[in-house]
Amino acid sequence: MSAPAMGPSKTIQGDAAPRKKRGPGALATAYLVIYNVVMTAGWLVIAVGLVRAYLARGSYHGLYYSIEKPLKFFQTGAVLEIVHCAAGIVPSSLVLTGFQVLSRVFLTWAVTHSVREVQSEDSVLLFVTAWTVTEIIRYSFYTFSLLNHLPYLIKWARYTFFIVLYPMGVSGELLTIYAALPYVQKTGLYSITLPNKYNFSFDYYSFLILAMVSYIPLFPQLYFHMLRQRKKVLGHAEDFSKTD
Amino acid sequence: MMALQNRCRRKSRVRVMPGWQVEVLDAKTRKQLCFLDKVEPYSTIADIKSLVHKSYPQWYPARQALKLDPKAKALRDEEVLQSLPVGTTATMYFRDLGPQLGWTMVFLAEYMGPLFTYLMFYFRLPFIYPHRYAFTSSPLTVTTLACACHTGHYMKRLVETIFVHRFSHGTMPLRTIIRNCVYYWGFSAWLAYYINHPLYTPPYYGDIQINSACALFLLCEVGNFSIHLTLNSLKGEGTKVRNFPTPTRNPFTWLFFFVSCPNYTYEVGAWLGFSIMTQCLPVALYTLLSFIQMSVWARGKHRAYTREFKAYPGLRMAIVPLVL
Repeated sequence: MSAPAMGPSKTIQGDAAPRKKRGPGALATAYLVIYNVVMTAGWLVIAVGLVRAYLARGSYHGLYYSIEKPLKFFQTGAVLEIVHCAAGIVPSSLVLTGFQVLSRVFLTWAVTHSVREVQSEDSVLLFVTAWTVTEIIRYSFYTFSLLNHLPYLIKWARYTFFIVLYPMGVSGELLTIYAALPYVQKTGLYSITLPNKYNFSFDYYSFLILAMVSYIPLFPQLYFHMLRQRKKVLGHAEDFSKTD
Repeated sequence: MMALQNRCRRKSRVRVMPGWQVEVLDAKTRKQLCFLDKVEPYSTIADIKSLVHKSYPQWYPARQALKLDPKAKALRDEEVLQSLPVGTTATMYFRDLGPQLGWTMVFLAEYMGPLFTYLMFYFRLPFIYPHRYAFTSSPLTVTTLACACHTGHYMKRLVETIFVHRFSHGTMPLRTIIRNCVYYWGFSAWLAYYINHPLYTPPYYGDIQINSACALFLLCEVGNFSIHLTLNSLKGEGTKVRNFPTPTRNPFTWLFFFVSCPNYTYEVGAWLGFSIMTQCLPVALYTLLSFIQMSVWARGKHRAYTREFKAYPGLRMAIVPLVL
């Protein structure tokens, strides 16, 4: 699920238990700054790649191929964020982050990469664009936060752009999965049928449908959570100074 | 309250203590929910919850959480008002924990589901398998054996819940129960689906695999039951002295020499037996997840034991002898 601006966030307190927040030590902070800078740069590379390819070709069609490798590399790299949560150097929920990252990785590898026929779909461009803009803002937000110099603009962008980007990303993802369905059914991709030695079966086609259905309860929850966060974080903008 | 009589009797000797006041605010809105006057300083949190319950009948004490600060942990029922860091007018914050169920109801709900759903699959009720298989039964002995084992396992659990376990007055929130039920019922439906499927493949090594695994299953069930009885007698001892469980004359309890929570060890063993007996991947997956969860519980219990008892046996591990 694209859920822009979900994942490791210092400002999402929600109903976390009132433990003392174990902030990262100096070494962990340095590492996290490097990590976030690298990720920001990576997604900028993808953004630039998209723009250049569009200018070169003159059409939106098939832009996926020009950024396929950096997209796979940097989106998969986000798995490190789960490790960060587990190690406690980032105060986010392990389950939430894990879910967020794994759903992105699932879409990148198990849908877009695995079903070649959908790679030329426009829906792929839709979610790739949404992810790219979101991630550039998100990783720069973390970078600046860690360095204690967060420009208001970045904070505003993180909590505002999602209003458009999140539905955009979700639409792109759903349309892509939907486009993949007939090919999955035809080829029986990633599916196991009975009878077999281990008495197990898995129908990837049904699984994808289930995944699509799961967006229905999850998307509104995450979206309204972000809207509430926006009110909380940006709502007092008049009271505080421009930089944190 | 009883204190009134005490006050009257000892009036001449002890200065009468005026009752304390307790103000209960909603933790989220900070609005005042009720103002309790003339509260005895040695009232417990449980007493205060009863008083709140009188004003708000829909909030029975089990679903109230009272705290001294909106973000703090909930106060325990046993805590006494005058031992808290409050003045004679205390401010407490209230949170509604949602509908709660007592432990007995929780376990009955969690265990009835798997028992009946498995049977639905065993008897191949319509709309589960292709229509021509409705109400047929598998010719394989292993399928019937598996059904007997699974059903027996959950019946044993129900019997233990009703007759053996002594539960504290604690409760579990409804949402957690629903989540647990979805997990137990869902998993048992999933594994029952394959074991009773017309295309089920019996174990590779045939009867020897089935019978030895079944024996393992039965031994572990007996073991698990023995441990529950032992733990139960420990609780019922009547003396105030707390003691950790030790091996008895029953050989199944000798696992206590090696682990703190042999009931969990036996539980994993039983499911391992069931996995091997049915040679079914979903069962193995269920066994793995159960092992992980029970290890977490066992380690917690083990840590609690070692902290509480100085002379705790050093050889004991939490759940897997000599290993974990």
